[in-house]
Amino acid sequence: MISILKSLWYVFLHMFRKRVTVQYPEEKNYLPPRWRGRIVLTRDPDGEERCVACYLCAVACPVDCIALDAAEADDGRRYPDFFRINFSRCIYCGYCEEACPTYAIQLIPDFEMAEYDRQNMVYEKEHLLINGEGKYHGYNFYKYAGLEIKGKAKGEGIDEEKPIDPKSLMP
Amino acid sequence: MSETLQHIVIVFGILFGLLTLAAGLIWIERRLLALWQNRYGPNRVGPFGIFIVLADMIKIFFKEDWIPPFADKKVFVIAPTIIMLTVLLSWAIVPVAPGVVVLDLHIGILFFLAISSIGIYSTVLAGWASNNKYSLLGGMRMSAQMFSYEVFMGLSLMGVVIMAGSFNLSDIVNAQENMWFVLPQFLGFVIFFIAGLAESHRLPFDMPEAESELIAGFHSEYSGMKFGMFFVGEYVGVTLISAMIVTLFFGGWHGPVLPPFVWFFLKMMFFICLFILLRAALPRPRYDQLLSYGWKILLPLALLNILVTGAIVLAIE
Ligand code: SF4
Ligand code: SF4
Repeated sequence: MISILKSLWYVFLHMFRKRVTVQYPEEKNYLPPRWRGRIVLTRDPDGEERCVACYLCAVACPVDCIALDAAEADDGRRYPDFFRINFSRCIYCGYCEEACPTYAIQLIPDFEMAEYDRQNMVYEKEHLLINGEGKYHGYNFYKYAGLEIKGKAKGEGIDEEKPIDPKSLMP
Repeated sequence: MSETLQHIVIVFGILFGLLTLAAGLIWIERRLLALWQNRYGPNRVGPFGIFIVLADMIKIFFKEDWIPPFADKKVFVIAPTIIMLTVLLSWAIVPVAPGVVVLDLHIGILFFLAISSIGIYSTVLAGWASNNKYSLLGGMRMSAQMFSYEVFMGLSLMGVVIMAGSFNLSDIVNAQENMWFVLPQFLGFVIFFIAGLAESHRLPFDMPEAESELIAGFHSEYSGMKFGMFFVGEYVGVTLISAMIVTLFFGGWHGPVLPPFVWFFLKMMFFICLFILLRAALPRPRYDQLLSYGWKILLPLALLNILVTGAIVLAIE
């Protein structure tokens, strides 16, 4: 009986506590910098698309919400012909970002993606692609990779050794 | 002629006031519960969010009113109307201010006890007609609950009746001119309060609807306005019990300075808020606990209360 009255009193005292509610649209909650939200496709420091359409993100995605098709430009660079993410299926796990070898696909701290029409949750490449480098600066995949593109022959990449001629006997 | 007119005004005034209050209680309850849980509650629609009531009403009116094909249709439809009817009927005998009462019955308390007991049928029939195991369990719990509190509910009021010497609620209020009955009848008040909680099946005695184990129990099959009627019935029931407590134990409309109606309203609101605080604070007991509690503790206490009150009143006379 006493305990009942006591709990009534303690609950009553909660009236004078600080509210825990965050009045959302006016007051924003703190989002950690590594918050996994909306996905963007970034560009390398030279302003070219970073994505090389390797399909690794699409394979890593546990809910199969990434669709893309590879294409190759005249200079030898690969790029996605289309790149589509269905955000109504995405679970924001970040596996795609981990799988990506070129830092192209990145999750940013933005979660305000509500739509009235479900179809609008499907983002195409033009919605995903941003004009910057995102979270990882200064990385350009083709500068490191041993792939030959126009303007860069084999062995000219950073930290890359000259190709060995297997038919020669010289060291 | 003018007396008839006055009566009609009183009837519709009380009806209108009551339904408005019942709707407003949705908002009051949500705000108060939020207050006691360190939240804000609905505060967006209109000033302090009070128009959430309108939004809720519009929503509930436009909801599909679905009757499950396996239900017993007639009983299913009748059940929610019973609770509305009975709580509104019981309100007829509550004197809001001197002379402002719909039905000045000389057996007011008996009428209240009888009609409010009929209200239980609503719950039991709803549980039965839904043809659903959980609903049936809810209805059964309600009948078990009724067995436990109905006995001492009536008995707890007899002390008041002995002291006032009348079953008429206006007479009882007038008898409290000098002293509220809560002082000599404190035990009776506590017992009636517990019984009233169980009667309006509010938390902590909401075993029939127990969301956590019976998924809303007797009204889990109800939707749209039928569900709304259960809710309005529950809220009017809460105001009814609060009003009865005020009239029987807290001197009804008596009070200094302010007009009688305002006093009545303030006291009633106090008890409504207390009901909500109880909901915020207490867990739900098992229904067999309520049964044994009712029969083994509260019933003997109520009987003792009558005995002692009767003896003292006799000795004074
Ligand atoms: S965050 Fe996870 S679910 Fe979303 S696209 Fe990337 S891998 Fe798929
Ligand atoms: S975003 Fe990254 S992982 Fe996905 S296809 Fe492009 S380069 Fe490959």
